[in-house]
Amino acid sequence: MEYETVIGLETHVQLKTKSKMFCGCVNLFGSEPNTNVCPVCLGMPGVLPVPNERAMQLTALAGYLLNCEVPGFAKFDRKNYFYPDASKDYQITQFDFPSTTTGHVDFEFGGGIERVRITRAHIEEDVGKSNHFAQHSGVDFNRAGVPLLEIVSEPDLRSADMAYEYLNALKEILIYGGISDCDMEKGMVRCDVNISVRPIGAEELGVKVEIKNMNTFSGMRRAINYEVPRQIETLESGGTLVQETRRWDDIAGITESMRTKEQAHDYRYFPEPDIMPLKPDEAWLTEVRSHIVELPLARKQRFVRDYGIPAQDADVFVGNVALGGFFEKAVEGAKNTKAIANWVINNLQARLIETGTTVDELKFEPAAIRELVGIIDAGTISSKGGQEVFAELFENGGSPVVIVESKGLAQVSESGELEKWCQDAIDSNPGPADDYRNGKENAINFLKGQVMKASRGKANPQVVGETLAKLLKG
Amino acid sequence: MADTDFDIQYVANLARIALTPDEEAKLGHQLGDILGYVKKLEELDVTGVEPMAHAVPLANVLRADEVRPSIPQEAALANAPKQANGLFIVPKIVE
Amino acid sequence: MLHELTLSGLTAKLAAKEVSSREAMQACLDRIDAVDGQVNAFMSIDRDDALGQADAADAALAKGNTHAAQPLLGVPISLKDLFCAKGQPANCSSKILGNFLSPYDGTVVRKLRDAGAVLFGRLNMDEFAMGSSTENSAFGRSNNPWDLERVPGGSSGGCAAAVAAQECFGSIGTDTGGSIRQPAALCGCVGLKPTYGRVSRFGVVAFASSLDQVGPLTKDVRDSATLLGAMSGHDPHDSTSVPADVPDYVAELGGDLKGIKLGLPREFLIDGIDPEVRAAFDAAVKQCEALGAEIHEVSMPHTEYGVATYYIVATAEASANLARFDGIRYGDRVDGDDPFSLYCNTRGRGFGEEVKRRIILGTYVLSSGYYDAYYLRAQKARTLIKRDFEQAFETVDALITPTVPAPAFKAGEKMDDPLQMYLSDIFTISCNLAGTCGISLPCGFTSEPKLPIGLQFLGKPFGESQLLQIAHAYEQATPWHTERASL
Ligand SMILES: [Mg+2]
Ligand SMILES: [Zn+2]
Repeated sequence: MEYETVIGLETHVQLKTKSKMFCGCVNLFGSEPNTNVCPVCLGMPGVLPVPNERAMQLTALAGYLLNCEVPGFAKFDRKNYFYPDASKDYQITQFDFPSTTTGHVDFEFGGGIERVRITRAHIEEDVGKSNHFAQHSGVDFNRAGVPLLEIVSEPDLRSADMAYEYLNALKEILIYGGISDCDMEKGMVRCDVNISVRPIGAEELGVKVEIKNMNTFSGMRRAINYEVPRQIETLESGGTLVQETRRWDDIAGITESMRTKEQAHDYRYFPEPDIMPLKPDEAWLTEVRSHIVELPLARKQRFVRDYGIPAQDADVFVGNVALGGFFEKAVEGAKNTKAIANWVINNLQARLIETGTTVDELKFEPAAIRELVGIIDAGTISSKGGQEVFAELFENGGSPVVIVESKGLAQVSESGELEKWCQDAIDSNPGPADDYRNGKENAINFLKGQVMKASRGKANPQVVGETLAKLLKG
Repeated sequence: MADTDFDIQYVANLARIALTPDEEAKLGHQLGDILGYVKKLEELDVTGVEPMAHAVPLANVLRADEVRPSIPQEAALANAPKQANGLFIVPKIVE
Repeated sequence: MLHELTLSGLTAKLAAKEVSSREAMQACLDRIDAVDGQVNAFMSIDRDDALGQADAADAALAKGNTHAAQPLLGVPISLKDLFCAKGQPANCSSKILGNFLSPYDGTVVRKLRDAGAVLFGRLNMDEFAMGSSTENSAFGRSNNPWDLERVPGGSSGGCAAAVAAQECFGSIGTDTGGSIRQPAALCGCVGLKPTYGRVSRFGVVAFASSLDQVGPLTKDVRDSATLLGAMSGHDPHDSTSVPADVPDYVAELGGDLKGIKLGLPREFLIDGIDPEVRAAFDAAVKQCEALGAEIHEVSMPHTEYGVATYYIVATAEASANLARFDGIRYGDRVDGDDPFSLYCNTRGRGFGEEVKRRIILGTYVLSSGYYDAYYLRAQKARTLIKRDFEQAFETVDALITPTVPAPAFKAGEKMDDPLQMYLSDIFTISCNLAGTCGISLPCGFTSEPKLPIGLQFLGKPFGESQLLQIAHAYEQATPWHTERASL
């Protein structure tokens, strides 16, 4: 029997705020344990949570970027469970009235565009971090109370690779919108994966297995690629699957059942009595909407369409927004957009990386690249000369035309001086000259090289070729 | 309404409260009585009535995203029954 | 004797430099030494700290600070054992908090300090404010100063007993279902539950977040107004705190009851009210009429569902609020091989019986399969109860009711029948569910033994000023508030 894989993801992303969700402690990674804490995030007796407005704005903005609805009523709820890293032994989250609902993400996959529906994206607080030792565990609450956006997808993903690309697309969108830095090293993106298989054509979903807390995309992909065949083999061999939570062991490369003596879960969600409901009004939402940015896929499609550049080049400008912005200014009114893209990607980007500088710090305007390509195309300078101009431009700024003049880089195309260089080359190299006359066409390249050398690169190579041929035949 | 013959062991486990057999019997009995009494609410017609979670009708009570000082690590850990190396120590968490 | 003064009586003498704050504080300590062995209102007192604060107040008075700016300057006030004050314990009369010392000041504590109060002592209570008799304390019960065999009420029983025994000039308690008004009634003092959102809950160990309010227990209504004024106001640390102006409650006292419409809720006058309580209440209603009030019978048809609604909503919230007492970050730990058994042992050993009973009840009503039948239904019943109040307040300014159906009962009498204990809160509970304000003050005594009887007025949301005016007018026309327990 042929099987179809069905995957849904719950992705938790740390929001880019200065302070935590319900208290003023700094939202910062990498501090000494239990130093970014206060009575509120430690769950001390008597404390109360007050939600962070920025986190709510970012949640709504993320909703818009994920094509979600942002309802006029939302609320917070308590999710009850005991765990040492949960400082209140309940988590403040959103249950039946989340801040955003029903959206979708479009992304490139398998040569086309796929759409994954988003069930909801809601706000909740992170828990602390447990460190495990031989005899005991130790808890650090620095991360407790950091705002998280939980993005729940519909079970629309059909393979590990598709899930991987969806996550990449999601990450790019969130970075774009300034919602999250999505720094994997700092644990800013974590996801729970729900996987089931069903015979192709079946309507009903198979038994669902959840793999919790994946913190790398590649680990998630490997886990799915292990789990799917396991489920299919179990079914094929007549076994039954149980709905369960499994853990991915990255070293062994397997998933294993999390058999705990933990009782059945019953989260007993109920409305958070310490926090008032959210009723975003039009003015507040308008402010949020003013921060909506173009999404990566839309940007890529626009660059290819409007500037006629190859998809790979557009990808560079999607990945590097500042460079893309520079490019957009450079191509204004230009004809040879592809050449401009090449210069920006191959030369400018390379130099920025080498020198560790940013687009903001450049000493010249985007129009300079347009000018540079213009004089190359006009034959005013050679492309080698162009390199020299660019080097100067990057170093000290200025205008390509002025640099060409001050450095004497203009190509020589008029016949007088050029003919003399060509005749000299023929005279001093009778061997290659004869070879050419005897039909070895390639021999002309050697002579050409001699002329270019004599002209110190200033001779227009095309004109040199024509002149040599004329003299040799004459 | 719901069955009042509830499983006190199950609920006490959810609440993470160890009960002695005596407590289990006594509380189980008393809670049965109380649940029997609160069944009174079944008499009420609540169709179309909005549930009320808060006593006052405020909304959108938020704070600005400003960093405030945290407390020192010593103060955070001062009340901990067990601590080491800046961490709250608990029995080994086995997942 | 100094300890016999009311709060306003003391501030007059402090202002006139007739007495010092240290003398007032020492008078309280002497009184405590003399009578608290019998009353057991105080769990502990940091005497040096108390006298140090009094000296600081005296220095401020000497420097010219006034009661106009700091209405409580130099006044010894004591707190229920659930207010967080930096470096001080807050045991909530429970074993589970162990040697916990608060790392922060709550808002009420800060405001009282700002008003110049000398905060001293931790007053006994029902564990985590769960109870109506102060018998549910891990540190022993408190006794009613009028009859030591009897309970002082609860959960702010220590607060009421301390005021009635004249061990302090006022105390601060909390009221979730009557926990200020009921003990005030049973001990013969004045207890005020403000409108939900009037006083910050930040720094108050929560029992039921949507019901808890902080309020004063005092010897008379004027003192109640003074303390309420000092504590009220919007607090950015409490999302449920309401940004409403705080009137000058003391300045607005005075006047009579002419033109005031008082509602008499038919459903409150049930069978089973103690005859002496009923008689005292009827007399109080007549008295109000004599003072110019119009009495209107009103209907609050959902009154009888109050107790059931309350015990679902309050215990559900409590089951989550008290989850944090898990032996990991603070409090007494009873170890286990894994976190699960650590939790069960710590909480099984650390909580008292009533707290366990309520947490289990609250856990159950939220659990899968029962939520709709219990919790959601109770939330809807709450809406109906609130509507009763809204409708009544369309025609009347305040409601007049007995505070409790019966005077103080004997210790131990109801301990094994929690349901009977819960039912005694029937007159106070709906005010918390509706989120409005209420006050209890003495309206007479039973004859044998002589026990105080409480009269309750319930006011409109944020109508504390009018509520205090009404209570004050009644109080000033009657002798009850001048009577003191003989100890
Ligand atoms: Mg979640
Ligand atoms: Zn904090």
